[in-house]
Amino acid sequence: MSPVLFGILAALLIASALGVVLSASPIRSALSLVLTLFFIAVQFLFLDAQLVAALQVVVYAGAIMVLFLFVIMLLNLQEEPQAIARLGQRAAAVFLGSLFLLAAVHFLAKPGIGAGTGMAGAVPATFGSTELLAETLFTRFLFAFEITSVLLLVAVIGAVVLAKKTLT
Amino acid sequence: MTVVPINWYLILGAVLFTIGVIGVLVRRNVIVIFMSIELMLNAVNLVFVALSRQLHVMDGQVVVFFVMTVAAAEAAVGLAIIISTFRNRETVNADELNLLRW
Amino acid sequence: MHAAAATHVSYLWLIPALPALGVLFNIFLGPRLGKGAVSVVAPGVVGGAFIVGCYAFMQLHDGGLVQNVYPWIHAGTLQVDVNFRIDALSAVMVLIVSGVGFLIHVYSVGYMAEDPSFVRYFVYLNLFTFAMLTLVLADNLPLLFVGWEGVGLCSYLLIGFWYDKEANASAGKKAFVVNRIGDAAFLLGMFLLFWNLGTGAHGLSFGEIAAHAKKIPIDTVTTITLLLFIGATGKSAQLPLYVWLPDAMAGPTPVSALIHAATMVTAGIYMIARLNFLFILAPTTLAVVATVGALTAAFAATIGVLQTDIKKVLAYSTVSQLGYMFLAVGVGAFGAGVFHLMTHAFFKGLLFLGSGSVIHGMSGEQDMRKMGGLRTRMPITFATFFVGTWAISGLPGFAGFFSKDAILAEAFGSPNGSVWLWALGVASAGLTSFYMFRLLFLTFFGDCRADEHTQHHLHESPPSMTMPLIVLAILSVVGGYVGLPEHWLWGNRFFVFLEPVFGAPAKEAVHLSAATEYALMGTSVLVALIGLGVAYVFYIARPELPESLAKRLPGAYDLIFNKYYVDEVYDFVFVRPTVAISTWLWRVVDAGMIDGLVNGTAEAVGANSGLWRRLQTGNVQHYALSMLLGALAILGYYAWR
Repeated sequence: MSPVLFGILAALLIASALGVVLSASPIRSALSLVLTLFFIAVQFLFLDAQLVAALQVVVYAGAIMVLFLFVIMLLNLQEEPQAIARLGQRAAAVFLGSLFLLAAVHFLAKPGIGAGTGMAGAVPATFGSTELLAETLFTRFLFAFEITSVLLLVAVIGAVVLAKKTLT
Repeated sequence: MTVVPINWYLILGAVLFTIGVIGVLVRRNVIVIFMSIELMLNAVNLVFVALSRQLHVMDGQVVVFFVMTVAAAEAAVGLAIIISTFRNRETVNADELNLLRW
Repeated sequence: MHAAAATHVSYLWLIPALPALGVLFNIFLGPRLGKGAVSVVAPGVVGGAFIVGCYAFMQLHDGGLVQNVYPWIHAGTLQVDVNFRIDALSAVMVLIVSGVGFLIHVYSVGYMAEDPSFVRYFVYLNLFTFAMLTLVLADNLPLLFVGWEGVGLCSYLLIGFWYDKEANASAGKKAFVVNRIGDAAFLLGMFLLFWNLGTGAHGLSFGEIAAHAKKIPIDTVTTITLLLFIGATGKSAQLPLYVWLPDAMAGPTPVSALIHAATMVTAGIYMIARLNFLFILAPTTLAVVATVGALTAAFAATIGVLQTDIKKVLAYSTVSQLGYMFLAVGVGAFGAGVFHLMTHAFFKGLLFLGSGSVIHGMSGEQDMRKMGGLRTRMPITFATFFVGTWAISGLPGFAGFFSKDAILAEAFGSPNGSVWLWALGVASAGLTSFYMFRLLFLTFFGDCRADEHTQHHLHESPPSMTMPLIVLAILSVVGGYVGLPEHWLWGNRFFVFLEPVFGAPAKEAVHLSAATEYALMGTSVLVALIGLGVAYVFYIARPELPESLAKRLPGAYDLIFNKYYVDEVYDFVFVRPTVAISTWLWRVVDAGMIDGLVNGTAEAVGANSGLWRRLQTGNVQHYALSMLLGALAILGYYAWR
């Protein structure tokens, strides 16, 4: 991918992320987040992660964000006048956030991260495909996979119990 | 075609992460805070996939797989909590949910 | 000291164990099985101890019998075991304690029959017997001290037996506190002795002390023995720590008989006799002992002359007689001291039990001014009481005559004695005879001065009470014949018996000429008869004399009648300052400072946390902010490295 393309995609990503954080209405924030997820899926495609990109769109944008939207609409949330916190808190957050970014960039801008040929090097054709992902998942990450299924069961039970209407 | 160095992806991830952090700290609506958290998770996902491509191994993508799964579970439970909180307290304003105050 | 080796036996532990068993039985099964069972078991175990003691007595030989019961303290150089020893001295003590103890237990069954706390009484009495037997059987000083403390405890428990009356509880407390003062000195003496016995492991057993005592410098020995003697003055009620004994009469009369006449108060004498080899090395201490003993004998006798409570007279008499025993050991006549201890146990026990019988018959009256004429109404009590009075006065033929005579002869003739000590002894003998016959005449002769109701209920005591009286009366008569003066019949078999323990001193270094001895004997008999005569005049022939005499010497009368105001002085000098200091310590130090410190610490912690809990705002975003701060700190640390 050319740097120019990357730059355009990055700008769009940052814009939609800012949209999530800065929108007054929760619906707008949710929709901005969906947009962000799409752009990240595109990034995944450019990074030879096809299955993950598909999953991103189907699971994340398709299911989780829909859940968010359902809840927003269920609670009938409106635009709030005082959507953003007090000035002091705002200033502190922005200041510390910038510090954090500077520190992160300080570490991340160093050359030589990762061994081997890196981004320039070619990857096997199956890289990022379902088969290869499945192979890695079911061999070296089998235990985590099984545990995650238990986690999902717990989450489902928890969500059902918590959201149930209490008998009055 | 010249290649995009890995650092650019990492810095992009950091920027998105920072935006998410500021969103968590600044917004009052609990659901928007939650969405900012999702944004942070996605930033991390991006970093994982980029490094996976850099190092030529699938491990990063597998981790992203798990992150997505956990994010789904977390979203389900978190939203259920928000719903029951709203039922009890009639508000989703983070400033008003301060029962653990001294 | 003993050339012969001791035999190891395995039954000595039974002697204290039987009364201990009695304690357990009375505590746990007594309330359930009732008075009948307790009144059999409690005297029974003491009787059992007596039988074992007799058996040991018959097996006794020069070297003594020992038993190692179990190892007790093994700490560095201190190696103390629970060891029991029967030699001539402890055999005598065991027989006295268990024998007289048995009689008093039987007597108590009758005396305490109506009392609601019957079982508790016998628990304490058995416990006392256990402790006393441990004391006399102990083969080392720490074990003796265990028994010493045990009898002190039981004395407190039994004096304050009827504790719902404040006066009784106070008397118990007084006894315990005064005893404690003596015990503190005793402990210091024991520590000093242990410290000075040299290196190497030892456990203050009497054999070890005897072997090594000569190595200790004489000043240290004097200090040690003086401290031990102070402990003895506390336990055996000598000047200045005698004040608890008259108050101790608040307890039941059999208790007074057993503890404050026959056994516990003799523990001091026993201890000095036991450690005779140590005391001999410190002539200064012995002189102090003799002087204190003689002074106490005279002092207490003067007080006894004017007391009106029958038990108080006997209490002061006990203090006085104990003075005699200390006089004896003080001049080095250990055998004579123990001899008098034995005879005193017989006749003083008898006198106390007799007074108990009188009190019982008089429905609780103890004031002699309200008695009189009981001779005809309580014949057995009168007869036995008369025997006891004759014996204690040292009149010829009965036990007291021989033992008192032995002491006075030693006081006169021994190199450590002096004419003055002898004179004090004779004066006390005269006073003893006087106040004892005064007691006898006031109580049993003349017209009965009690009121109608009491006279109506007046009766002789039941056999459970009169039988022990008779037995003790017989002993008061024959008990002295084991210790006849040297040239009479079989001589002093008692001293011969005690030779293995006391060595030459038992036979006394003094050999008075027969003429001197008869002269001394005659003097003391004469003085005693004068005492009897004066008592007769004052209380039978011319009963108005005592009052007119009192009116003519009001100052002296008041002083003596109020026991020389000793208790009042002690209260002013010692008790009040101590109470004041204690109150100050309580209010200022304990409640103010220590509580203040503790509570203050708690308050400080509370205040501090009150400050810090403001961090918990309840706002989740604040918490997220602090997490970010933490992450920044870590990043910063790595960035700066």
